[in-house]
Amino acid sequence: MIDVQNIYKTFFVPHEVKALVDVSCKIKAGEVVVVCGPSGSGKSTLLRCMNRLERAESGHIVIDGIDVLSPKTNINKVRAEVGMVFQSFNLFPHKNVYENVTIAQLVVRKRSKQDTREKTNFLLDKVGISDKAKAYPDNLSGGQQQRVAIARALAMDPKVILFDEPTSALDPEMIGEVLDVMKTLAQEGMTMVVVTHEMGFAKEVADRVIFMDAGAVVEVGTPEHFFENPEHDRTKLFLSQIL
Amino acid sequence: MNATGKNQRAIRPASYNMWVGVFVVFILFVAGLFLYATQKIEYVWRWNRMPIYFVYQDTIEINSEIAGEVDTIVRKAEETTVAVKGETETVLYTVPTEGLAVVEGEIISLGDNIGVYEKWKPGLLLIGLWLTLKLSLMATIFGILIGVAGGLARISSNPALKWTVIIYVEIIRGSPLMVQILIWYFVLGTVINDILATYGLGRLSAFWYGVASLSCFAGAYVTEIVRAGIQSIHRGQTEAARSLGMTYAQSMRYIILPQALRRILPPLAGQFISLIKDSSLLGIIAIRELTKAAREAVSASLQPFEIYLVVAVLYLVLTFSLSMFVQHLERRSAIK
Repeated sequence: MIDVQNIYKTFFVPHEVKALVDVSCKIKAGEVVVVCGPSGSGKSTLLRCMNRLERAESGHIVIDGIDVLSPKTNINKVRAEVGMVFQSFNLFPHKNVYENVTIAQLVVRKRSKQDTREKTNFLLDKVGISDKAKAYPDNLSGGQQQRVAIARALAMDPKVILFDEPTSALDPEMIGEVLDVMKTLAQEGMTMVVVTHEMGFAKEVADRVIFMDAGAVVEVGTPEHFFENPEHDRTKLFLSQIL
Repeated sequence: MNATGKNQRAIRPASYNMWVGVFVVFILFVAGLFLYATQKIEYVWRWNRMPIYFVYQDTIEINSEIAGEVDTIVRKAEETTVAVKGETETVLYTVPTEGLAVVEGEIISLGDNIGVYEKWKPGLLLIGLWLTLKLSLMATIFGILIGVAGGLARISSNPALKWTVIIYVEIIRGSPLMVQILIWYFVLGTVINDILATYGLGRLSAFWYGVASLSCFAGAYVTEIVRAGIQSIHRGQTEAARSLGMTYAQSMRYIILPQALRRILPPLAGQFISLIKDSSLLGIIAIRELTKAAREAVSASLQPFEIYLVVAVLYLVLTFSLSMFVQHLERRSAIK
């Protein structure tokens, strides 16, 4: 599904930072992959490179057979197939919950109003927020906003969803409701790449865990392998600090 | 928002009413001083002459175009038809019955008065006010169009667009509007009218050069306002829109600009209030807007005090209405 081959990314603000150094990974269809690591390790950058919100300088990223980095690729078509959920939700504050979910269906997918309405009602129901359809994002709790953001991503019928620390900006009591929605998606076979610090979620839901440090992939393995027999010292240190 | 307003009212200190009183006394004092000053100077105030600058009754005369004799007069309730018989022809005139000035059989010569009627006409200041309104409205519309296009070009990564707009903004903001108006009319106007003439087209009137100079002027300021507005929208909004597969244009149209426009309404209002006042400079290219009309009225009536005060109030009415309208827009478009 997603094939990342030897990508590099360097930021120059305010001074040179090597965010990704020769990173490669593969995500298969239907797989849930958790990317974890200390802050500044390049997890989010890797995720954002996948739908070209950041442009990798070299290497290849192939999603569903399409070369994302090729200038000939219509990136908007790729992005429509790759959902993204942000740490800070990024709901559209001038549109209510219902419109947040419909706008891209109408504008990008050019769905009929009837289909859009059905899809939106179904998704709002699925993330448990139908009663807030007419509310504006600013009047919702963080957990509710993030669930709307997930519905907004799902509305495009994406082949894969990228979660960029979806629970990091939430109050502790709201993390559960968002993770529950994500677990349901995982059970339904959605391909997901999740950058998160929720190790419980990784243990329970992930098929594989990718551990990154200093812009490079340190260790890849199943949750059992990762949490019980980590090979690298860096991984052990990380786990000892957070668990 | 309402909730906080009510709370504030609830916790007003006891001295609040006293300060309201202080305010009223202060305003009355200033008004009193003004009144005192008007009576101290040697000037005859004739406010009763002011209405004619808004509407007046004009007397229109109907004069005979031929010499001859009044042949017949057919009276009806409202109108009367007079037939004047000349040597070779008979001409019919319709005059209001009240204003009839001839009798049957009267001998009249060329240009003699047959009847008069009175008609309400807009006065000098009202015509000027209307022209000012028209100029400002058109310049506002074009100014917004230029500003939105300019603002988008200003943040574009294309250097041709970006640098062109930077130069445009700097030149317009850095030179006096008066000079720009003169350039538009006397330099560009001459060139454009000459070119139009070579293609057999008519001249553009001073009005259009006035609109062009004001739009161009306001457009530069609006460009910067729009740019700042767009840049004030959090980057996450663009990322969210683009990650859903929207194109740059779609994300601007549906996500960024609607939010930015709400945010820039207050500075835009300030800009267009300035524009209404700046339109008073257009008198120098013989556009008879409110200020120019006032100058004409003053030179005819020698009543500068009344006329200029009235004109100031008229501008205030325009700007205050605009200010209220924008506040209404702000309230209506506030994010709930």
